[in-house]
Amino acid sequence: MKWAPVIAAAFLLLPAGAAIALAPAGDAVRGAQLYKARCGSCHSLDANRVGPAHRGVVGRKAGSMAGYSYSPAMRASRVVWSPQAIDRYLQNPQQMVPGTKMGFRLADPGQRADVIAYLQQQGRTVRK
Amino acid sequence: MTDIIASRRTLIRSAGTGLLSVAAIAILGDMPALAREAGKGNGVSARQGDIDILNVALGLEHEAIEAYQIGAESGLLQKPVLDLAVIFQGHHKGHRDALSGAIRQLGGAPVEAHSRADYIESLGIAAIKNQADVLKLAQAHELGAANAYIGVMPSFGGKELAQVCAKIAADEASHWSLLTAALGEPIPSAAFLFG
Repeated sequence: MKWAPVIAAAFLLLPAGAAIALAPAGDAVRGAQLYKARCGSCHSLDANRVGPAHRGVVGRKAGSMAGYSYSPAMRASRVVWSPQAIDRYLQNPQQMVPGTKMGFRLADPGQRADVIAYLQQQGRTVRK
Repeated sequence: MTDIIASRRTLIRSAGTGLLSVAAIAILGDMPALAREAGKGNGVSARQGDIDILNVALGLEHEAIEAYQIGAESGLLQKPVLDLAVIFQGHHKGHRDALSGAIRQLGGAPVEAHSRADYIESLGIAAIKNQADVLKLAQAHELGAANAYIGVMPSFGGKELAQVCAKIAADEASHWSLLTAALGEPIPSAAFLFG
């Protein structure tokens, strides 16, 4: 009986650990299509639209894109957009940064990985 | 492309206005529930997340209205595509009015549209040279908008707002389908075209 809570805890922890271990590798080509179809109504790489411009977002401090009007919550968030942070944000933006304007969720882990791979690739692309 | 054909402007704007009232009235039927909800407990603060999401959606509708306006005034669209653009713009005006009404009833302030110059720059209007370019821009916008509305539904605190967004997403999906047909492109064979 003493082990029951430990075993139960181990089972509870397993899915989270497994999810990390099985996180899919992103494909930037698929990500480009997904970005256009899923993110493109609000965002583009080089222009602030309904949402801020995304080129170079990976590694950037949240709320720091010049010329975009962020929510107070995003400006104060202290988030740095690592791939892991973007992945978490896309799962539920308002849970991660309460008060953010964005409510869009991308539920599929593979699609999130693809979009993140695309954003990483575009951050390295020299704008012509 | 950025030159405006002034003689078309009045006609297009008035046609759109006539269309929007029907769509707005249809969807605003859901709104009394919002007013009751906003009056409960924490009021605005309890629904601030919903207000923020609706305002992002309203920003999309402002952009769509102006994009169709620019396209319609460009002289690049021929009938019946021009008529289609005017009808779609009217739908987006209906969405705008419904979303603005919902935001107000929740106690929020609807965002205003940006200037035309802002939209011309952010949408890359200078690169548009012909009717197909206009249709491609509209097609991309409608696809993105349908997906955006579907993508925000789980984030709403109020289910009634998710239903409003579902109605708008269905309109956007319809627009995308018709634009895809107008471009002569095939419909994707895989299921789940949106979301």
